[in-house]
Amino acid sequence: MTTLQRTVGAEVTRVEGREKVTGAALYAYEYPVPDALYAWAVQSTVPRGTVRAVDPAAALSLPGVVAVLDSRNVVRLRPTDTPELAVLQSPEVAYRGQIVAAVVADTFETARQAAAAVRVEYDVDDHDAELTDGDPRIFVPDTVNGGYPGHTETGDVEAALAAAPVVLDATYTTPPEHTATMEPHATIAVWDGDTLTLYNGDQGPWMTAARVAELFGLPEGAVRIVADHTGGGFGSKAIPRPPTVLAALAARAVGRPVKVAATRQQMFTMVSYRTPTRQRIRLGAERDGRLTAIWHDALQQSSTLTPYCEQTVTCTRVMYAARHRRTTHRLAQLDVPTPSWMRAPGEAPGMFALESAMDELAVELGMDPIDLRVANEPARDPETGHPFSSRNLVACLREGAARFGWAGRDPAPGRRREGRWLAGTGVAACNYPALTWPSTATARAEPGGGFTVRIAAADIGTGARTALTQVAADELGVAIDRVTLDIGRSAYGQAPWAGGSMGLSSWGWAVSKACRALVKRLDEVSGAIPPDGLEVRADTAEDVEARRAFSRHAYGAQFAEVRVDAVTGQVRVDRLLGMFAAGRVINPRTAGSQLRGGMCMGLSTALYENLETDPRFGDFANHDLATYHIAAHADVRDVQAHWLEEDDDELNPMGSKGIGELGIVGTAAAIANAVYHATGVRVRDLPITVERVRAGLPAGPPAGFSAGPSTR
Amino acid sequence: MRGAPPGARLWDVTAHAFHSDFALRVNGADRPLTLDHRVTLLDALREHLALTGAKKGCDHGQCGACTVLIDGERVNSCLVFAVAAQGRDITTIEGVAGLAAPEELHPLQRAFLDHDGFQCGYCTPGQICSAIGALTEAARGWPSHATADLAAGVGAPGELDADEIRERMSGNLCRCGAYPGIVAAIREVAGADGGGAPARAGAAGGAR
Repeated sequence: MTTLQRTVGAEVTRVEGREKVTGAALYAYEYPVPDALYAWAVQSTVPRGTVRAVDPAAALSLPGVVAVLDSRNVVRLRPTDTPELAVLQSPEVAYRGQIVAAVVADTFETARQAAAAVRVEYDVDDHDAELTDGDPRIFVPDTVNGGYPGHTETGDVEAALAAAPVVLDATYTTPPEHTATMEPHATIAVWDGDTLTLYNGDQGPWMTAARVAELFGLPEGAVRIVADHTGGGFGSKAIPRPPTVLAALAARAVGRPVKVAATRQQMFTMVSYRTPTRQRIRLGAERDGRLTAIWHDALQQSSTLTPYCEQTVTCTRVMYAARHRRTTHRLAQLDVPTPSWMRAPGEAPGMFALESAMDELAVELGMDPIDLRVANEPARDPETGHPFSSRNLVACLREGAARFGWAGRDPAPGRRREGRWLAGTGVAACNYPALTWPSTATARAEPGGGFTVRIAAADIGTGARTALTQVAADELGVAIDRVTLDIGRSAYGQAPWAGGSMGLSSWGWAVSKACRALVKRLDEVSGAIPPDGLEVRADTAEDVEARRAFSRHAYGAQFAEVRVDAVTGQVRVDRLLGMFAAGRVINPRTAGSQLRGGMCMGLSTALYENLETDPRFGDFANHDLATYHIAAHADVRDVQAHWLEEDDDELNPMGSKGIGELGIVGTAAAIANAVYHATGVRVRDLPITVERVRAGLPAGPPAGFSAGPSTR
Repeated sequence: MRGAPPGARLWDVTAHAFHSDFALRVNGADRPLTLDHRVTLLDALREHLALTGAKKGCDHGQCGACTVLIDGERVNSCLVFAVAAQGRDITTIEGVAGLAAPEELHPLQRAFLDHDGFQCGYCTPGQICSAIGALTEAARGWPSHATADLAAGVGAPGELDADEIRERMSGNLCRCGAYPGIVAAIREVAGADGGGAPARAGAAGGAR
């Protein structure tokens, strides 16, 4: 084969880009499925109890209504380890917003009208939906999400804190937050005998198919997922959620295809949210800044259905050296919807707390916050003792500082005034594990000279389709326009999800292996391709298993420049700069977008996002995008993402680390630290609202105040 | 047009009593329809005309994903009933490519590709339609909240700074955070289009 210029590392335009800018790209709800009906969920209005009666009469009297479903007239599902997927399997209500009935009708409008006409009566039980520290039911889980231990301990942290010349002890809180994908969860379910096709907004087609097959007691392969394009996931579409199961149940019940789209309002209880956290951090340090003790405790919530606990303190386990260490997750199971994954579950709220605490310690010590972090750089993973496959945190801090213009910063808070604005800068470190799971892929040489590579990957906006095309083209030694890369179908075989930032590392390895094997086969047959093509299949299970023990993580440093209105407390983020170390970058164009996108979401969580819990109803008070604020155009100004050249041979054949989540970790702390630098006000509770900032500001206009535009 | 029988209570009225036969003019073609009056323009496009480019993100005018052009103005199609759009000229993302030159991508579509102004792509049709509308408004001199002198309005679209673009596009949410690329794409096209912009309609805006 001809040697071509490698495309890995090149700024290739998204291969599906033209479809997306012309409106041709099809998302789940948009596939032309003939004869489809519309289902609309009826949600519980009580947080705990039992459905005593469902009266479908008024709904059924409306022309066009085909069925009203409840727990008495849908098929029985198999027991599941994800109990919120047991849709309509019992009259028990475990949270407000749970699906208790559904209407199937011939139009969207009629289904909605009829759903409002279904009368549901409940036997209501007392509920408890308030996360309170000191609740006797709080417990420490053995393991948390990702398989990490719930609690770890080294040395004697209490004695070390008692002996430390400098101690920081502070509590930080983060609110419940929602993924708020732009595409609400949507599914079209089509049964053909005992085969089920689901057009589904999906982060992991193969894994979703396996899980749905298990639920319906079907053999592997009987459920097929089609997910060519998915309108954002951020964890919420990594496993099927109740709307997907409802579509399959309803289509089974009425014997016709059924479409389900969660409304924006339904999204906020039906499809997972990020748990609130209450985190206490205690740091003991010598006067020179060296940490002697790190104690990170995180309280979180889950539903009564399942003890989901996310890995909030795991970043702390790998960040800094200290002889005495204790990290603990604590969990309360309440009468609330089940929280689940949202971009960097655990890492994002956990690093807000740790990196805020490091900034507070730097202030206490009178030390530059970058120098403090450098002084505590560990030689090996502090928790496991494993060597780092690569780290480069110090390089990110130093190089990021140079690009940002950190040198010469006056550390004293509240010194930079520009009219009514107080300006400041802040820094925070970030990290995210570099995970890889086994995957399969096929590579096929077509008689016409083209190549087809198939893998059950998903492109939720990450650029995976483009990056995998680049990996395949380089391994095959051909230009990328000769490679057709098919993803988004469960039928392409076992593959992990676009989650845990493991997509490209896992899928790329399988694609690389399949393409290498195909090149070898082509050599063996001297390039003679049979009329029906030449196909090979690769499975990386053994390769992934055989990797040596290393601490594998991506790292970075995030810098923020903010202005705070000295009168109103309004915070504006003028500049964000991220410097990352994430192995080899396959496509700088899409990687830059992904990292900047993570930073934008980090900005959003720092300043705006807050699901307002209402313990009286066991639910959130805000159920739409007018009351659940996410960053809009006007909130996002100069955002830059840069990365170091990093060679790491202990990862995968591409030498890449995942970047889907790295960008959101640390952003909120960098902004909170910058707000402190600007104003002297330390906000330890997200989001950083005007009320929280203003509470710490002096009353009345500051010296140098002059009226002027405050909003730009 | 058929209606409810006299004296009917709202609850007794069947969905099928409220239908009309009418046509929508979409991307230059008249499309006959028989629709429930409750069908929004967005659902008419997506569910009845197989034009799924306009997206449903919230169905309440809070996200902008459903933005289309009606008589050249940007509109949230989820807030317009289809029957109320009769006689109007509707352009969806599927019809945007032909606006500037036949068979070619609109300059904004090209710029979104060049600046990677999207990730998942779900907000993209709305962002592009909204940007077309925003540049048209700027060409008339219409000010925004970010305009220094509201009475004077703004000059040609090419003079819009990034803050102006951001302010004018803030009705279109992007959860992937592609905002920097979107703003860069719009600024590029605003500059390129500046010379050929329509005449200004005065600082206070047009008649609408």
